[in-house]
Amino acid sequence: MKRMLLTGNAAAAWGARLANVDYVPAFPITPQTEIIETISNWIDSGELAGCRMVTMESEHSMITAAGGAAAAGVRVFTATSSQGLLYGMEMIYTVAGWRVPFVLVNVSRGLATPITLEPDHNDILAARDSGFLQIHCSTCQEVLDSTLMAYRLAEDERVRLPVIVNMDGFYLSFTREPVVIPDPEAVNRFLPPFEPENIRFLCGQPVSEAVAVLGGSSYSYFRYETHLAAMNAIHVYEEISKAFADVFGRAYEAVATYRTKDAEIVFFMMGSFATKAREAVDRLRDAGKRVGLVQPRLLRPFPEDAIRRVLTGKRGVAVIDQNLSVGKGGVLHAELASALYGRHGAPRVLVSFIAGLGGRDISPEEFYEMASVTGKAAEDEKIPPPRLLYTATELKEVRKLQAVAHVERKGGSS
Amino acid sequence: MSDPRFKTMKDLPSVHLLGAGTSMCAGCGGLEILHEIYDIMGEKTVVVNAAGCMTLLASYPFTPFGGSWLYTSMASAPAGAQGVRDAMDILIEKKRIKPEENLDVIILTGDGAAYGMGLSATSSAIERGLDFLYLCYDNEGYGNTGQQYSEATPHAARTATSRGPRGFPGYKKDLFEIWAAHRPAYAATVIAAEPLDLARKIEKARGIKGPRLLISLSPCPTGWGYDPKDSIEIGKLAVKTGIWPLKEYADGKVVHTHFPHPRLSVEEYLSKQGRFAHLFRPERNEALLKEIQAMIDAYWGRVR
Repeated sequence: MKRMLLTGNAAAAWGARLANVDYVPAFPITPQTEIIETISNWIDSGELAGCRMVTMESEHSMITAAGGAAAAGVRVFTATSSQGLLYGMEMIYTVAGWRVPFVLVNVSRGLATPITLEPDHNDILAARDSGFLQIHCSTCQEVLDSTLMAYRLAEDERVRLPVIVNMDGFYLSFTREPVVIPDPEAVNRFLPPFEPENIRFLCGQPVSEAVAVLGGSSYSYFRYETHLAAMNAIHVYEEISKAFADVFGRAYEAVATYRTKDAEIVFFMMGSFATKAREAVDRLRDAGKRVGLVQPRLLRPFPEDAIRRVLTGKRGVAVIDQNLSVGKGGVLHAELASALYGRHGAPRVLVSFIAGLGGRDISPEEFYEMASVTGKAAEDEKIPPPRLLYTATELKEVRKLQAVAHVERKGGSS
Repeated sequence: MSDPRFKTMKDLPSVHLLGAGTSMCAGCGGLEILHEIYDIMGEKTVVVNAAGCMTLLASYPFTPFGGSWLYTSMASAPAGAQGVRDAMDILIEKKRIKPEENLDVIILTGDGAAYGMGLSATSSAIERGLDFLYLCYDNEGYGNTGQQYSEATPHAARTATSRGPRGFPGYKKDLFEIWAAHRPAYAATVIAAEPLDLARKIEKARGIKGPRLLISLSPCPTGWGYDPKDSIEIGKLAVKTGIWPLKEYADGKVVHTHFPHPRLSVEEYLSKQGRFAHLFRPERNEALLKEIQAMIDAYWGRVR
């Protein structure tokens, strides 16, 4: 065991290295590229000698190759981000149906248009219904640890589905944090080599993979099978999380909570900004407010029972969505509402906030304001309309840019 | 370079490996070429398929293949082949499977994928030197959706999306030359109607490692408008009129494996297909017929 300062990207690469991956189909994209560069350098230096990496011509091909190799029975790692995830989206859905276990690290980045490099969760949420399981991280340590857990989850015979480990671009990908790197022997105990059993292409044992079906009955059968396997993953994740804690002493529940026991109002959110919410919770507690944080780490499968358990008896929930379903609102808000509606003891109010799009910061004051608005809503039992976080100063800045653009354009045409 | 295994038609495999009763159309020229290739390649193979007519060969729970099969998507079959090939190499290298458990990887794709959406993945797989056999069954249109024109459609052909009096205004893309420009280990044009030529090419390709690609003109009774019983005849005419040259690329050179002599008029080929009927009725379109003949003449003029 050693402790190092690592970026989230390096932590992801360490996860792949410790998992002893056999194969890495790759394609560069900001802010993910450091992951594949790190792995490539280790292969060249002999530190990851048993691994083969191949740079494909697109993410669509990269995910196809990952699925093809996993279907042939090797341990596969790959990584992408944003536009890359969307470019490969056909294959994200497709390979999930192949029921092949592998791990993809997605480094979240906002989607075009406008094009940006900075993070939000619309990219990863576009994969929400694909059949890939999703683990969302908020620290660099979590990225490394989740990658190891993701292999156990993916390869479990009750699951057999690919898993995405998600981290935020910049805030985690390029931010150095102290990370404990586990000993390879300990990792081996937690994650033994992949035993593919019936997942392979071999001479004399022909298999037909991903064949067409005719009619809705066969189609529904296989889709339901995939769904039920994903649902199994809730229980399997609990087992894995306990096993991980036993070996490494770090526990990652499917639903992380912070100071929720006696909380009346809780923040509900995913990703690296949740660490800011923790800080805000501490300050609000200092001021005598009973506020906590609930953070689903597992988004697919959605751990509804655990979420209901931790939210029962709370007065109000501030759902902070770092995404925007255009024409509807926050995705997490809708997910949470469907998990809680009509349940005994469920919080009376869920207040929806959209924040952190394209890496827009969420200030401490905004957390305080969201807690206060949610508290008031709980008191009045009146739910305010969803709030798109934006300050007057920001609007002034944008207006200034527009004024500059206007002047420039007039200047150019004269 | 003549191969000792296939000297005459009598040397062709007499045992047929591909199961019958598939959902392909009667007289499918693509299925015919697949039969001939599979008989030689055998069941120690995994067929990686791109979306097209042939995707329906393996329909749950039936398959005509004695070997393995993996359907991918329309654009990325070569990438699927890359993953499977690399994984098998890794497994053999790490002694997790025995070398004799290895499979040859065959990509099976239509012209819609090979000429268009899948070209980027194909180009890159060749560039990476992937060890694979690639078969494009080229029926010169998006056949599985009802024969709309594709980048493989020949000039003047009537398709579901080129129904005008002059047919398809574009020109068939020269995929063989595009492949050859990549300097692959092997590339060839083939046709089911010339099984001996095909068998020799397959046998040659089998003995080489690296990217090996085949385009087969695949007469399509449904899309081209002729009686299914005439598929082989149409294929033979494609060769005899010189509209489908049989050739191969190896060691940096293109060599024609057959010279049509005497070369028949292209009208012999065109007039037997509904997709070219508008060139003959209600009246002959001399200009278009001349243009098509001139293109073929110019091609063979360059070859000689």
